[in-house]
Amino acid sequence: MPEVTYLEAIRDGLREEMERDDRVFMLGEDIGAFGGAFKVTDGFQAKFGAERVIDTPISEVAIVGAAAGAAHMGLRPVCEMQFIDFLSCAYSIITNYVATARYRADLKTPMVIRGPSGGYVRGGPFHSQNPEAGYLHTPGLKIVAPATARDAKGLIKASIRDDDPVLYFEHKYLYRRVKEQLPDGDLLTPIGQARMAREGKDLTIVTYSAMVWKALEAAERLAAEDGLSVEVLDLRTLLPLDDHAIVASVKKTNRVLIVHEDTRTGGLAGEITARINEQCFEWLDAPVRRVCGHDVPLPFAPTLEDFVLPQTNDIVAAARWLASY
Amino acid sequence: MAAPTTSTTPIPAGLSRAQLHDLYYWMRLTRSLEEKLVNLYRQTKVIGGLFRSLGQEADAVGSAFALDRAKGDILSPLIRNLGSLLVQGATPVEVLRQYMAKAQSPTRGRELNIHFNDLQRGFLGQISHLGDMVAVMSGVALAFKMRREPRVGLVYIGDGAMSTGAFHEGLNFAAVQKLPLVVVAENNGYAYSTPIRKQTAVKFLVEKAAGYGVAGDQADGNDVLAVFDATKRAVDRARSGGGVTVVELITFRRKGHAEHDNQSYVPKAEIEAWEARDPIDRYVRHLTEKGWAATADLAAIDQRVGAELDAAVALCENEPLPDPASALLGVLADPPAADLEWYRRT
Repeated sequence: MPEVTYLEAIRDGLREEMERDDRVFMLGEDIGAFGGAFKVTDGFQAKFGAERVIDTPISEVAIVGAAAGAAHMGLRPVCEMQFIDFLSCAYSIITNYVATARYRADLKTPMVIRGPSGGYVRGGPFHSQNPEAGYLHTPGLKIVAPATARDAKGLIKASIRDDDPVLYFEHKYLYRRVKEQLPDGDLLTPIGQARMAREGKDLTIVTYSAMVWKALEAAERLAAEDGLSVEVLDLRTLLPLDDHAIVASVKKTNRVLIVHEDTRTGGLAGEITARINEQCFEWLDAPVRRVCGHDVPLPFAPTLEDFVLPQTNDIVAAARWLASY
Repeated sequence: MAAPTTSTTPIPAGLSRAQLHDLYYWMRLTRSLEEKLVNLYRQTKVIGGLFRSLGQEADAVGSAFALDRAKGDILSPLIRNLGSLLVQGATPVEVLRQYMAKAQSPTRGRELNIHFNDLQRGFLGQISHLGDMVAVMSGVALAFKMRREPRVGLVYIGDGAMSTGAFHEGLNFAAVQKLPLVVVAENNGYAYSTPIRKQTAVKFLVEKAAGYGVAGDQADGNDVLAVFDATKRAVDRARSGGGVTVVELITFRRKGHAEHDNQSYVPKAEIEAWEARDPIDRYVRHLTEKGWAATADLAAIDQRVGAELDAAVALCENEPLPDPASALLGVLADPPAADLEWYRRT
């Protein structure tokens, strides 16, 4: 089996879906002739033609709006945001038009909006964002955020085949750093299901995207240095959340740490904490704690960025606090 | 002297005598349906606001009439384009049910007034965030183009909504892609209380077309035949691969933004001047003077409209509102229903 990077896995998934279904097409800035800022769609325009791989003006509202209109007509558009930070330029049309279309008007709007999110790459305040919390609050959307190459492929394919609008947040730090052997052919990751990334019995870390890898690193250290058995649950889908998997793990380990790169206030960790409180409070042996990005816009300088974002040491320290509670 | 029963003057714009009568029917139906709604509003049977298109019926009807429903053309109306929806096949019963939030309304009580759609009949309802529909309709037109279908999209935009970023992005994208899209720019003088001079520094909305590299045209929005003619040229251009046209229709909103609005910000003389240019009165004079319709023809249409509307109101006036629990259904295809909150579970 060939070894495939996270980025190649996204590319393979996109290409396979375009080959499989001629209703699938793409819109985005510089995705055609140039192949995209990160080369995710490299070679696509040559292979599929300029009508199916459309270079658009710098117009996120037009990209999303046109995709919605085409989706109503039976096509399956995939929009690229050059950086996911620019998704906010289309916030209104996503939350007001796209997300409500099925509910208010029975309009089918199968479309995917994907793009590179996340920090640790010295991108500064406008090329490093994690905007998931801003869309979590929107009924009518689905949100996925893969951590592995397998899920990068499996989730892009599942998102394209889904009958509702899906926001697909890929992590640019993982693009070329994560790789694994993947079988050829269809690989689908069901939307709405978390993945057990590591089994454990003393403590659960609930996390997603790039933080899965830091959590696994922390779990290794905690096993070696403290003899702790740490479970890592990779959410994969952020909306709808897999409550079942979260609750099952809480009932097993009775201690929970939620880790995300996004800032703390109003972040996903607060929502997960509330759900644990509602569904399995009496199973907890310690308060739910969270490790999140600090509540500041993401700064540029390496010293600043590394200080602001969660690091493996932070997760280790937080886990030790919980384990000894 | 009885009015002549056959035309004595050639009919413009390639229309038949029957089509001229149809145009009258749609305008009369629009106005009378809104008058019915006013009655229901005063009886508090209309839930929410009521938006009138008094004086703008020609612009909505004449432009929609230029589309070809048999070819599958699709339009997206604004709040004052009730007439365009009717031309595309929406029924008075559907509109009444929408305004009264009935369970059987096209949106099952989820959305208001004329915010509803049927892509088969060829209309896509707007949302309240103005400008978005230009971007969305560019996607509809993109699908037509990608599939080599000879279909045209038409989207209405007002003097107010042309100030939005979504309008700019949508029109620019459609222009670059040379999509089969007609953008009908309704210049009706006011956006809520804001006059056009505070909305834009151009004198006429059609001037904006040049900035996007697309064709522009302008017509008297209170002359239904002129509206039809200008829109038809734009539709033909779009269908033949000539791309986008911005068609400015100059008209006037003779009522407030909605029924609650007494229009105190509009000079009385301005309203009176436009009353004298009422599109239906003008059209009636035109039809009878040219001999394209007899007074009796028009009276028969009035009677038909009245009977249809009476029947429509009688049919749905006392229908129930939606079942409350239906509110949770259909946010997504999967899962099919949202969670019921714990405090409602028994």
